[in-house]
Amino acid sequence: MFKKIIILGVLALAASAADARAALKVITTTEDLASIVREVGGDKVSVEAIARGYQDPHFVEAKPSFIFKLNSADLLVVVGKELEIGWLPPLITQSRNSKIQPGGTGYLDASLTAKILDIPTGQVTRAMGDVHAQGNPHYWLDPSNGRRVGQAVQNKLSELSRGDAVYFAQRYADFDKRLAEAEKRWKAQMAPYKGLKIVTYHRSWTNFAEAFGLDVVGYVEPKPGIPPSPGHTLALIQEIKRQNIKIILVEPYFDLKTPNAIARETGAKVLVMPPSVGGVPQVKDYFQLFDYDINLLVSTIKQTGTR
Amino acid sequence: MLVSSASLRRLRVCAGVAVLALGTAPAVCAQSAPATPAPVAQDPGQQPGAQLIREELDRLRREFEAIRDSYGARLAALEARLGTGEASPPTAVAPAAPPAAAPPAAPPVPPAAAVGAPGEVSVPAGAAGAGGPQGSLPVYGNTSALSKIFNPDVAVIGNFLGAAGKNDIDPAPALAMDEAEASFQAVVDPYARADFFFAFSPEGVEIEEGFITFTSLPLGLLAKVGRVKQQVGKVNTLHAHLLPWIDRPIAAQNLLGGEEGLADSGISVSKLIINPVLFLEATGEVYQGDSGVFASHTRSDVSWVGRLRGYRDVTESSNLDVGASIAGGHNDVGPDFSTRLFAVDATFRYRPLRRAIYRRFLARTELFWSKREQEEGPRRRRDRDEVSAFGMYASADYQFARRWFAGARYDWSERAEDSSLVDKGGSFLLTFWPSEFSQLRGQYRRLRYAEGSTANEFLFQFLFSIGAHGAHVF
Repeated sequence: MFKKIIILGVLALAASAADARAALKVITTTEDLASIVREVGGDKVSVEAIARGYQDPHFVEAKPSFIFKLNSADLLVVVGKELEIGWLPPLITQSRNSKIQPGGTGYLDASLTAKILDIPTGQVTRAMGDVHAQGNPHYWLDPSNGRRVGQAVQNKLSELSRGDAVYFAQRYADFDKRLAEAEKRWKAQMAPYKGLKIVTYHRSWTNFAEAFGLDVVGYVEPKPGIPPSPGHTLALIQEIKRQNIKIILVEPYFDLKTPNAIARETGAKVLVMPPSVGGVPQVKDYFQLFDYDINLLVSTIKQTGTR
Repeated sequence: MLVSSASLRRLRVCAGVAVLALGTAPAVCAQSAPATPAPVAQDPGQQPGAQLIREELDRLRREFEAIRDSYGARLAALEARLGTGEASPPTAVAPAAPPAAAPPAAPPVPPAAAVGAPGEVSVPAGAAGAGGPQGSLPVYGNTSALSKIFNPDVAVIGNFLGAAGKNDIDPAPALAMDEAEASFQAVVDPYARADFFFAFSPEGVEIEEGFITFTSLPLGLLAKVGRVKQQVGKVNTLHAHLLPWIDRPIAAQNLLGGEEGLADSGISVSKLIINPVLFLEATGEVYQGDSGVFASHTRSDVSWVGRLRGYRDVTESSNLDVGASIAGGHNDVGPDFSTRLFAVDATFRYRPLRRAIYRRFLARTELFWSKREQEEGPRRRRDRDEVSAFGMYASADYQFARRWFAGARYDWSERAEDSSLVDKGGSFLLTFWPSEFSQLRGQYRRLRYAEGSTANEFLFQFLFSIGAHGAHVF
């Protein structure tokens, strides 16, 4: 009897081990990370994102249905830099999954190898708004950071599934090559508009602006996470007129009332641009995100006749 | 040994950098000294020979500015490196270390806003535009700061209450700093995290909650050990600052042990019941038996709680959350008398993902039944008299703008000791969020007490939070 139970137990263990080998289950917090993991992991991983691309990644609800997803995950990839601080920690705690606890083998903070901008060097207070003390978490909008994240994902996947390390290395090399080509194309598209001054709603586009030579001179939000105020809006209108700015970039999850009012006042154009994969239905992966955004931006620049 | 020598080396490097930084500062000051007379001398240009002098001066000024900029940039980079070296854990250091690359590039001083004296640490580009501090920044911390990274996340939430109007039965003070909640939260070790919530109020200090959560148990179990809010319904588990109202519903006050609610020292174990249909979580808890409606007379008089919670996404924007709890324990009448509680709760949430920061709706109802054995009661069960009391509330909360919420609540509850006494009433609420970290709330409440008096009150509340950014409960 006892022997039988042991045999059954061993069989069950073996079965579950075989199951785990089939495909690594990866959960990412955003669709951008999911796309990069898909590029590197190929068919050796199954990937699912928690937040949708058209959702403000700061304000995701910690729904219990996400706990189920995390419960069976082999790897959790997070954007980091406190982007998910308002919702992810309780999900991780309740996941009952020791692998994906911070510091666990199945926890990857993608920001650790990325190039981070806007790191405050002195005292940081909430008088600065909902400021990210560790720097701007919207770093994936620089393709070179996409490459760094891809590299980190490759290392992590190879660590979790050593047998597939060569496969992941090949996938990453291919991703790296295609990204380099695409990056060249995107930069060429943007080259004529180097130094173009724009205004954005939130500070989501710092890395994008740096990568493609845009100059963000103002924000619709008076401070990060603080909704537009009349005083700030007036000052911004003055600034837009003074510097003759033609484009106001808005993330799809913000209200267009204030940007539209500013646009009416100044003649600038409001451009709703997705900062994430899935932000609009036709943007299905990391490459399409830049393709879409840059095409949109270039055609708008041409329309407004800035240059 | 290895570790300590490595950290020693890091200390030495830090010290070296600090000395360097200090060393360059006077140099920059010395550079800046001759600069002041320059504009004075440059002003007049009447004499024909002045042309030459002016050119010479211009050349000098350009040279000086170049030196000043390069020193400023270098110093800023050093300070930044010093800052990151101390503030972040070793693993978190970005290999791309942007500050190191700074000196050869353009000066880090942004064109307009952040103008500091040469050689001072400036706010990084862009921070000033976002309303950050301007000018020079204090650089905190020293070598001992390395140990600070293990400090728990600390936050303090102030809950200031006010009341106006008439209430003969249970009048609240006109103005009261009702509670300051201090929270300390951190990971204990690879297997657990700990959360402490201390409530400082005019009555004294109490551990509101303080528990360890084991996150790595086998069989998909999650265990909390310590003082925890008992999982009897929803409202009992919420801290005061998370309630959608200023007060707690009458039913919770009458049947769950007053304003404090049910919180006790004990062990809570919960398990996910994995299935493809809905999120199911079963929880079992054992407590010392001394909280709210329960009283422990001997060591074995423990109280217990069982809860089953179900959750399902209806659409990506809406979901349904239901639960049922049962609790039992001895009560304050005597060691032979016990109280049992039953609670059922249902919550419907709607929050469109694309407009998550502007719109949300939450409707919640909870029903409570209390079966309390006492000396005299209307019903006999197992040779004892028993009072069976019922209470409920129904509430709705709607966010109609980024910072504004409107809500309403209906209350109806019998009293646990005498079910013929019924309190009922209703409230309307308006809430304003200046930011994520503060909240102003007004509540109009009309209550008809069982004693026959009616209370008409206006309550208001200021909530403000400092410290670590806590996660939002769901």
